[in-house]
Amino acid sequence: MNWARMWAVARNDLRQLARSPDFWAPMLVLAALFFVVIPVILLLTITNLGDVPTISKVSAALELLPQKAQAAVRGATAADRTTYALAVYLFAPLAVIVPMTISTAIAANTVVGEKEKGTGEFLAHSPASEREIYLGKLVASLLPGYLTTLVGFGIYSLAVNLIVGPNVGGWFFPTRAWWVLMLWVVPPFLAITLSVVLRLSARVKSAAAAQQASGLVTLPLIVLSYGQSTGALLGASRSGLMVGAIAWAVAILGLMRGAKAVTRARLLGIDT
Amino acid sequence: MQTRTPLRDDALPVGDGRPAAVVELAGVRRTFGRATGLADLTLSVPAGSVTVLVGPNGAGKTTALRVITGALTTEAGTARVFGLDPAGPDGEQVRRRCGVVAAKPALYDRLTGRDNLLFAAELFGMGRHAPVTDAADRFGIVDALDLKVGGYSTGMKTRLALARAVLHDPDLLLLDEPTSGLDPESSHAVLELVDGMAADGKTVVMCTHLLLEAEGLADEVVMMEDGTTVMAGPPEELMRRFWPHPMVVFRAEVGASLDRLRLMPGVVGFARTPGRDDEAEVQLDDLARVPGLVASLAAVGVRLTKVSPHEPSLEELYLRVRHR
Repeated sequence: MNWARMWAVARNDLRQLARSPDFWAPMLVLAALFFVVIPVILLLTITNLGDVPTISKVSAALELLPQKAQAAVRGATAADRTTYALAVYLFAPLAVIVPMTISTAIAANTVVGEKEKGTGEFLAHSPASEREIYLGKLVASLLPGYLTTLVGFGIYSLAVNLIVGPNVGGWFFPTRAWWVLMLWVVPPFLAITLSVVLRLSARVKSAAAAQQASGLVTLPLIVLSYGQSTGALLGASRSGLMVGAIAWAVAILGLMRGAKAVTRARLLGIDT
Repeated sequence: MQTRTPLRDDALPVGDGRPAAVVELAGVRRTFGRATGLADLTLSVPAGSVTVLVGPNGAGKTTALRVITGALTTEAGTARVFGLDPAGPDGEQVRRRCGVVAAKPALYDRLTGRDNLLFAAELFGMGRHAPVTDAADRFGIVDALDLKVGGYSTGMKTRLALARAVLHDPDLLLLDEPTSGLDPESSHAVLELVDGMAADGKTVVMCTHLLLEAEGLADEVVMMEDGTTVMAGPPEELMRRFWPHPMVVFRAEVGASLDRLRLMPGVVGFARTPGRDDEAEVQLDDLARVPGLVASLAAVGVRLTKVSPHEPSLEELYLRVRHR
């Protein structure tokens, strides 16, 4: 395994991505929408409305949360408790949907794109091993989604602390469960999804087919990881660690199997 | 064209006096579903030679190149390049010594020419200080090096692909229809490269169906059809094999009158020129027979309009072999 060559493959893909604003601009809009626009509007609205009947009803719904989660909710008023709960518990899907959407879109195109453009021929004749090419493609797909999510998460943390923090006794976010989610649970779920999408990308004939197929395959994975992420946030941090550990095991298995999908013949557009 | 000096260490003659083979394919078979890419290909490429693979579309030329680099595995037979199995664990060592120009330039359009060359340099272990400017300069594209490849003309793309292929100074250069769709100037640049590489003692394998290109360039010609070798050897030897005697073209006002030549002394071969009723290609045991033949024909009233010695071209050989 030559790590320099693996990074060269990854850098080449990332460089192409950076020079494709038609691709990354919508992704940035998506991240901004999920991490900034929607949460800020929602939290500001509730904070400014105060304890109106609707907010009180939402606050009452917090009783549906597990006991441990309920006990963790801070705030003196219904509005404060609602904004706190929304900030900590409701926006878990942000951490999952954004990286998966971005990374899946990149990964779906990455191998089949080489086939379609004919550049796979260059890679197939190069000294890079199939594993180096696969890992390079994986890193190039994973990094933009995960880094966008981390940056979005930073902005989101700042926003909720500034909007909700003054009403709940100061800065409170990220909570320990969110750290576990971001650093331990999300990466393996992302890796599982990418292992599937890269396999698809290596097997299909066109980028359009790859997008269609990856959409179908990743939807249940997004739902699954959304459920697990929310569970990890609502439960004790130990449950987050366990979910993450299982996800890592599945991810490593998936990646090992996925590595076999990228072959020189497939880079040439030959699937026999 | 440059003077060739094909004697590098690995080009030294082996026991039979021929240079060691850089590429050895023996009985190679590769299918794609029901389609046959290579049926039973046997091919030997001597070190320091220019070997030209010719054949119609679907003959297996591209597949052969892909087998040579190990990009495709074989189903039967053996492939050895620099003495190693290109599709085996030593494949990386083989590919490090190969430079490939594919039928399509295989460049990253969204990146600049420099980015494309740097990527190749990194894959071939040269790092980011590789002489990309020198390589681009060699092919006259240094001014476009920092422009996106998407804006390049077809000729510029091919030049860039060539610069990328030789950037790491490969020992074996594999070119797949490199002049296809190029203007004469760019085609000339490609042929200059091939000749230059050969002059440096490198080994070149080139696929083409433009036989004029192979003329004067090829040390070895391999004619392929349906995934197998139909004929192989140095061009002169192939010519001698097919036309062992000197050839003269006779043209007459009445084409049928040329049939008299068949029975004349010294005529060892007679064939109508394809597509011409008034002309025949006649093989003689000695060119000195020509004045006598002309006199004999004139004596029986045959009115000749042309008599000229004829050196068959590779293209003629190819067409004859294909349609015999």
